[in-house]
Amino acid sequence: MIDGFIALYIFMLAAFTGYEVIARVPVILHTPLMSGSNFVHGIVLVGAMVAMGRAEGPLELTIAFIGVVLAAGNAVGGYAVTERMLEMFKSSKGKR
Amino acid sequence: MGTFGATAVQASYFIAAALFILGLKRMSSPVTARSGIVWAGVGMVVATLITFLTPGMGNYALMTVAIAVGGIAAWVTGRRVAMTNMPQMIALYNGMGGGAAAAIAAVELFSGAVHGPAVLTLGVLGGIIGAVSFSGSLIAFGKLQGLIKRSFRFRGQNFLNLAILAVTTIVGAIIVVNRGADVQSEVIVLFVVVLLLGVTMTLPIGGADMPVVISLYNALTGLAVAFEGFVLNNAAMIIAGTVVGSAGTLLTQLMAKAMNRSLGNVLFSGFGETAVAGATGPSGTLKAIEAPDAAVMLGFSEKVIVVPGYGMAVAQAQHKVWELCQALIARGVTVKFAIHPVAGRMPGHMNVLLAEAGVPYDLIYDAEEINSEFETADVALIIGANDVVNPVARTDKSSPIYGMPILNADKAKNVIVIKRGQGAGFSGIENALFYLDHARMLYGDGQAKAAELVQAIKAL
Repeated sequence: MIDGFIALYIFMLAAFTGYEVIARVPVILHTPLMSGSNFVHGIVLVGAMVAMGRAEGPLELTIAFIGVVLAAGNAVGGYAVTERMLEMFKSSKGKR
Repeated sequence: MGTFGATAVQASYFIAAALFILGLKRMSSPVTARSGIVWAGVGMVVATLITFLTPGMGNYALMTVAIAVGGIAAWVTGRRVAMTNMPQMIALYNGMGGGAAAAIAAVELFSGAVHGPAVLTLGVLGGIIGAVSFSGSLIAFGKLQGLIKRSFRFRGQNFLNLAILAVTTIVGAIIVVNRGADVQSEVIVLFVVVLLLGVTMTLPIGGADMPVVISLYNALTGLAVAFEGFVLNNAAMIIAGTVVGSAGTLLTQLMAKAMNRSLGNVLFSGFGETAVAGATGPSGTLKAIEAPDAAVMLGFSEKVIVVPGYGMAVAQAQHKVWELCQALIARGVTVKFAIHPVAGRMPGHMNVLLAEAGVPYDLIYDAEEINSEFETADVALIIGANDVVNPVARTDKSSPIYGMPILNADKAKNVIVIKRGQGAGFSGIENALFYLDHARMLYGDGQAKAAELVQAIKAL
């Protein structure tokens, strides 16, 4: 579905995108942003699910199960702490 | 539902990737940041739910159990953790992501699914990086949580790491050369060795350097996820992982730069722990001050700049400090907060702690924004910060922090330092600022002293 060079192009463009999106972030948001990007790589969950869906035999299944547990922890935990931190940022001019 | 399922899955990944990028973009301004994480969250939920429609999958019941177990455990801990402990929780969740990427690699290698050599190489690399990030992040978590009290340093540890890396490379190459067929035992050896590598790489690194390490592992996990995305032909993983990989690398560089260290220096030399011998102590004496006198100085100022450090967070003093500032603002004093990029355990950590106390973000300034203003400030109030205001960084070439960007608190007309005792900072360096003629030391617990100041100022 994604052939060699197409995949390379996706990789390159995504790398530039990540750089550009972060480049102008003020220091006050560095911790929430690290946490937010931590949440984004929680998408590994869908990969762990696919791997588990195909897994055969107890060994593969056990490893895949652990993988899904860890990935779900990454995604949900990343969201929970990021949302909590960002919720607190308020301006002195009143409403967000 | 075969083709419908496949199309729906691809469409959901497309939507998720777009929402992730838009979400990260919105997170780069404090005004839109909250909505940014919600957008990214919507993308994650859509992608996860639609993935159940992927054709040819089984084990649905166990899969649901696994998601529930990991998700609920993380949600409960994530909602409860104190803001001061945030960095190690981020390390923990990040390590879990790395572990998941490694697990995907292990399953794909065990199953012996046929892959071309390029994809196989990426799969092995992703597994290695993910596993290092997993065990390394766990060690980082243990250190910041105080479970691992000291750093383990010994002669030849870089040699040991190189040796482990060499073994990793050889075993990985064997797997690739054999095209992933009949390599079960090699795969097991590979993962045992790289998990060990994460431990031996992270154990010697001092607590002061942990933020850089956590950020680095965050970037590495992103990269591992992207590589496993190539193995699974999953565009959402490739895009999200790569975006995080490059963004995280940039963030890591910014942090290392703010600490005046190179990344290699952080990983291989172990500052943070070594006490500095031979550096000559500053001349002069420490001059103590009592809270009532300090309150008079603050209360009759026109402009006060507060410099908080991690010591303030440890003393849980941020609420009292904000109360103190409100009392000053009520008297017509201009109050600003100056945050050094590496104050706290992570860049921006101090901003989170101040936000928790209710300090509006437009009173908080970066070092670059406020450094020229110290000259016009009547008082620089330093609470629990040390190395980041040490003027030695500007003047003394022999000092290990020489060249580190600092806050110019010494330029203020008066300096008041709230400090627990007469110890040196994280780096073990005496602070020349405390010995200056216009500096006064207010010894005691940050929270108690801030409360005393509030009372004294209200009584003025």
